[in-house]
Amino acid sequence: MDQFIQQMVNGISLGSIYALIALGYTMVYGIIKLINFAHGDVYMIGAYIGFAATTYAQLGFFPALIISMASCAVLGMVIERVAYKPLRASTRIAVLITAIGMSLLLEYVMMFFVGAEVRSYPKLLSSETFHLGNVVINMQQIYIVATAIALMILLQFIVHKTKTGKAMRAVSIDQDAAQLMGIKVDNTISFTFAVGSAFAGAAGVLVGIYYNSIDPLMGIMPGLKAFIAAVFGGIGNIPGAMIGGVTIGIMETLVSGYGNSMYRDAVVFAFLIIILILKPSGLLGKNIREKV
Amino acid sequence: MNKKRALFLFLTVILVMGLFAGCGGDSDNGGNGGGEAPTEVKIGINYELSGEVATYGQACKDGILMAFDEINAAGGVNGMQIVPVVVDNKSESAEATSLATKLMTQEDVVACLGPATSGNFMATIPVAMQNSIPVISASATADKGVTTDASGNVNEYVFRLCFNDSFQGVTMASFAKNNLNATKAVIIQDKSSDYGQGLADNFTATFEAAGGTIVAHEGYVAKDKDFNSILTSIKAKDFDVIFVPGYYQEAGLIIKQARDLGIDAPILGADGFDSPVLLELAGEEALNDVYFSNHYSSLDEDPLVLEFIDGFKAKYNSDPNAFHALGYDLGKFIADAIERAGAVDPEAVKDALASTKGFVGVTGSFDMGEDHNPIKAAVVIGLENGAQASSVKVDPQ
Repeated sequence: MDQFIQQMVNGISLGSIYALIALGYTMVYGIIKLINFAHGDVYMIGAYIGFAATTYAQLGFFPALIISMASCAVLGMVIERVAYKPLRASTRIAVLITAIGMSLLLEYVMMFFVGAEVRSYPKLLSSETFHLGNVVINMQQIYIVATAIALMILLQFIVHKTKTGKAMRAVSIDQDAAQLMGIKVDNTISFTFAVGSAFAGAAGVLVGIYYNSIDPLMGIMPGLKAFIAAVFGGIGNIPGAMIGGVTIGIMETLVSGYGNSMYRDAVVFAFLIIILILKPSGLLGKNIREKV
Repeated sequence: MNKKRALFLFLTVILVMGLFAGCGGDSDNGGNGGGEAPTEVKIGINYELSGEVATYGQACKDGILMAFDEINAAGGVNGMQIVPVVVDNKSESAEATSLATKLMTQEDVVACLGPATSGNFMATIPVAMQNSIPVISASATADKGVTTDASGNVNEYVFRLCFNDSFQGVTMASFAKNNLNATKAVIIQDKSSDYGQGLADNFTATFEAAGGTIVAHEGYVAKDKDFNSILTSIKAKDFDVIFVPGYYQEAGLIIKQARDLGIDAPILGADGFDSPVLLELAGEEALNDVYFSNHYSSLDEDPLVLEFIDGFKAKYNSDPNAFHALGYDLGKFIADAIERAGAVDPEAVKDALASTKGFVGVTGSFDMGEDHNPIKAAVVIGLENGAQASSVKVDPQ
């Protein structure tokens, strides 16, 4: 039983990170129907910005987190303006391919500047551990889960209680109608990218601190897993992304804890295929008929 | 039409000029190669000076050049100065192959040193066999495909200066059994490399033959970051040691996460642990009771080692690691073989390399075995608070 609870603790910390990344996928998809494959790489760059802030500027956890989130927000907006906006009238496949190109560009530009070797964060949070019976919870896990929950509450507030949030929801339902109602569609899309990227940046810093190892290709796997989380929760659906992220995290942990660690990724990707066959709209997604 | 013709003419002129320029370069190179009494001997240095495994390549190259400088300062080999021809293969095996070809066919080298990693070194083997020029690596530890080909025949022109992976697996198993009195071991293996597989197989065979049992055998792939679930499940088991056949990037994280979860058992590994990054990833507090096999220990009190460490510090202003030491030995080793060969002839150098007896180096003394692997001892290094605190020599059986 202790072991099971311990695995749950591990799974929830891992899942919170997936959830933070999945939110960006799902928000962007919700608003412009684009699967932004460069999102995992924004997360990687967030980790490097946090690394620079803590190592060279010697800042603490919260300043580093905020700097990384702010820089990623700007990066997200720039990516949207440079790569996706000019293609808004093109086919969706063209934008999707651009997103993949953007992802590779970010990875290898970073590799050019920072090198391919792994780097480690300085020690920012105490590695103090709490023992509940035989279950060990460390301070970093608490920070990860707490930061993730705080950011998700903030997001719910933005989306449901602010004017910008209302605009986001309006654009996601019908872009043209929103524009006719006087909503600045371009600004709203930019804002969505900014928020999603900021969350990815936060996830990057948390991972840097928790696992203490970052490299230019670190965004690929978590990016794909977060994508699965978003699909599982129902892509375009914000609470769905949170539930999806935590579910994928727990699933991975249970597979490698009780099954065979080599099957972990295979199980997660098989899960994606099963969802797409059985319930393509995801757990919380609605079945909307395409207008012809 | 006229425009097209003009363009065609222009391109032809450029092409012809290019050909002439090429010829000029070639004849120059040829001129350098000739001469009656050689006053210098060229040795190719084909290393990973940039890219993924640049730390290994740079370290080997620094060690080799240090050895060459010492030899040249003392009058050279048989009166000839050693001229290193240094090239960077960017940690890519295709590049390693083409640079080896260039060194052997255009630079007239008598032997090529490097690359550092097994994969890149193997890429130069066909070139060496074709041109009948020896290649030697100080650090390619792969079991298969290096000094012997797929059917087990010895590659005549291929040598190495280090023990292989299976020997490290055997060493760590006997160390666990004899020095740590372990009877139950857990293996957490890098399943994505031959290195991890070779180590795990040999550890298991030796440990079980000595009466031990492998309680659990878990796997991971390179670039994994989360090992908590694996570690949580083995924590519930009864075991004495954890063996981690893999590289420092993941081993550092495994050690950190294991210690965070309260697993205090000794953690063992092989030369893949030897990097300053291990300390950065795992942190000082976690690196206690960690042991790994290596080629050399800076704690060694052999006068030869002490002299090397002092010389290295004076030259490069930093502490040498195992790759520096291996590179240094490699430089001395090839010079020794050329001296014994008595001629600047790849064939004679190859025979001299193969018949090496009692070579004394910083990483241990050895005879060259019949399969072109040296017969030498390994060192097991123990870490305490992240620093090397103990070293035990384990001789080959």
